[in-house]
Formats: sequence, structure tokens, C-alpha cells
Amino acid sequence: MIELDDIDRKLLAALARDATQNASALGRRFGLSQPAAWRRIKRFHDDGIIKGRRLVLDREQLGFGVTVFLGVKLATKGRVSLDDFERAITAIPEIQSVEHVLGLYDYRLRVVARDLADFERVLRRRIMTMPGVGDVEANVLLSEERRIGPVESLVATDRT
Amino acid sequence: MLSNDDTKLLRLLQNDPSLSSTELGEALGLTSAAAWRRVEKLMATGVIQGQEAVIDWTKLGYLVEVSLRITLDKTQSRAFDEFIGAARDVPEVVEIQTFLGRVDVRLSVLARDMAHYQHIYRDAILTLPHIADIEALMQVSSLKDDERLPI
Repeated sequence: MIELDDIDRKLLAALARDATQNASALGRRFGLSQPAAWRRIKRFHDDGIIKGRRLVLDREQLGFGVTVFLGVKLATKGRVSLDDFERAITAIPEIQSVEHVLGLYDYRLRVVARDLADFERVLRRRIMTMPGVGDVEANVLLSEERRIGPVESLVATDRT
Repeated sequence: MLSNDDTKLLRLLQNDPSLSSTELGEALGLTSAAAWRRVEKLMATGVIQGQEAVIDWTKLGYLVEVSLRITLDKTQSRAFDEFIGAARDVPEVVEIQTFLGRVDVRLSVLARDMAHYQHIYRDAILTLPHIADIEALMQVSSLKDDERLPI
């Protein structure tokens, strides 16, 4: 496990909020020289702590009015290849995320669509037609917020 | 409405948000300055809301992610607001979503391991206000999580 110090945590939290900030701006904010800030940020990438960037777009302005989460249960386990199912489901462009889960459902899918009619089309033509799809539960997303995560909780590891 | 160039630009940026305006310009047949003006305009109109660094929590020792599907006691008129307000104070909660459907609210919770999860679940989650029912889905693997829009 990778240990972070106080300044690392502040940098990480700042980048998780806005990844476009450069090393000199972040350095000024947290009392580091530009090269020192740059080295720390580079380490996040080298160690894989930061695995990439996400572009945050306004879905509504781009015409995607509906996001639906689907819980999918496979009907005939053993007869359907999970690999085939996973390959086919991840290839559908309207499906933004696919998680394999344990519990009430086998898969959790995030589907984006222009409106409910468009969602129905994706569900009927692309998802329900897949071999092995059994019980499906749909929940329409009303609001969503992403939190920064337990960055501050990492403090405990190196404080005496 | 977005022009064809804007759509292309958003597609490129969705695939790789770190592209420079020079690289965007080259791909679109524009000068670097012209590409940057388009990006700025998309930011000004709010189509592009920002860029976030994606943290790989497993690298920081958080190996467990659980999705909690929660039904609230809707006889309490402030159930949603009070529940969400309190959930925001739990640092291990990384996503809060509300739904129309069988589930009212969903929380994504990170934990180091199952013992740590048990601790968070008992001390921080079950103590949240107005919970009527709670179901857990444990993430085995994430097969796709780029959340790209099919533009």
C-alpha cells in the first residue's frame, strides 16, 4: 500500500476536483516549488494512484435526458458464457458502466438515453435480446453527486 | 446546437481529456488557437463542466466497494434531505444517487477490507436517519466505467 503525506493528500483532493490545475498553480497553493509539486503529481501517475481523467459533460445539454440503472440477473447460469455476455454488454455505446456484483443481481449497468422512449428501444432491442438475460430491474436516476472519497482518512497512517 | 466540429472535439476529449489544444487542432484541421477557443466556448456554455482526476482506490488500500440500495421512510417529509445531508459526512461514501423506482437512494461505499466495511456499515451507515430498508451489492469487478456519452 502506498503511503501519502499531508501535502500529497491535499494535492490528490485538489486534482480529484479539478484535474486541469498545473504544478505551478498547485505548488503556490500548498507552499511547494513548481518542481516539487510536479514530482509529487508525477508519482501519482507513475504509481497508478491517479488512473486517468474524466471529462465532466452536461448530459442534458447534449440531449441525454435519461440515465437508468439496471440490475440484471442472468437466467441460465452455466449455459451462458459470462465472457460472451460481458463482451457484448460492454460494447453497447449507451451502456456507460458495467459492474459484476454479488447480491440480488449479477450485473449492474448504467444506461444513458435521449428520453424514456429511447431508453425503451435500447432495453428491448439491445439488452433484452441478449442470451441469458433474466430478471431486470430499472431505476431512473434523479440526482447524483460524486464525493471526493476518504482522502482525509489517509491522514491517520503517518501521524503520531 | 453543437456543430460537427464541436461534437468531434468532445469525442476526442472524452477519449483523452489530457489532449492539448495543439493536438485537438491537428485532429480537427484547426489552428491550436481556434481549437482552444472552441473548448473555451464549450466550457463557458457549461457543456464541459470540468475534468476530474480518477483515483484508483485499490492503490491506496481500499479493496472493497459496496453498493447500498436504500429505501427511506417516506412518512418523514424531510427523509431525503436529512439522509443525504448525513451521508455526505461519511468520508467513505463516494457516490450518492437518488432514483425513481424501487430504490430511493444508492450509496457507493469504499472500505479497506471486509472488517473495515463491517465497521463503517455498523457505525456510519446504519446510523443514518430514516432508513426503512437496505440491500447490499458487493462489487466483484468493474468491466466498464468510463461513463462516456455516445455522442
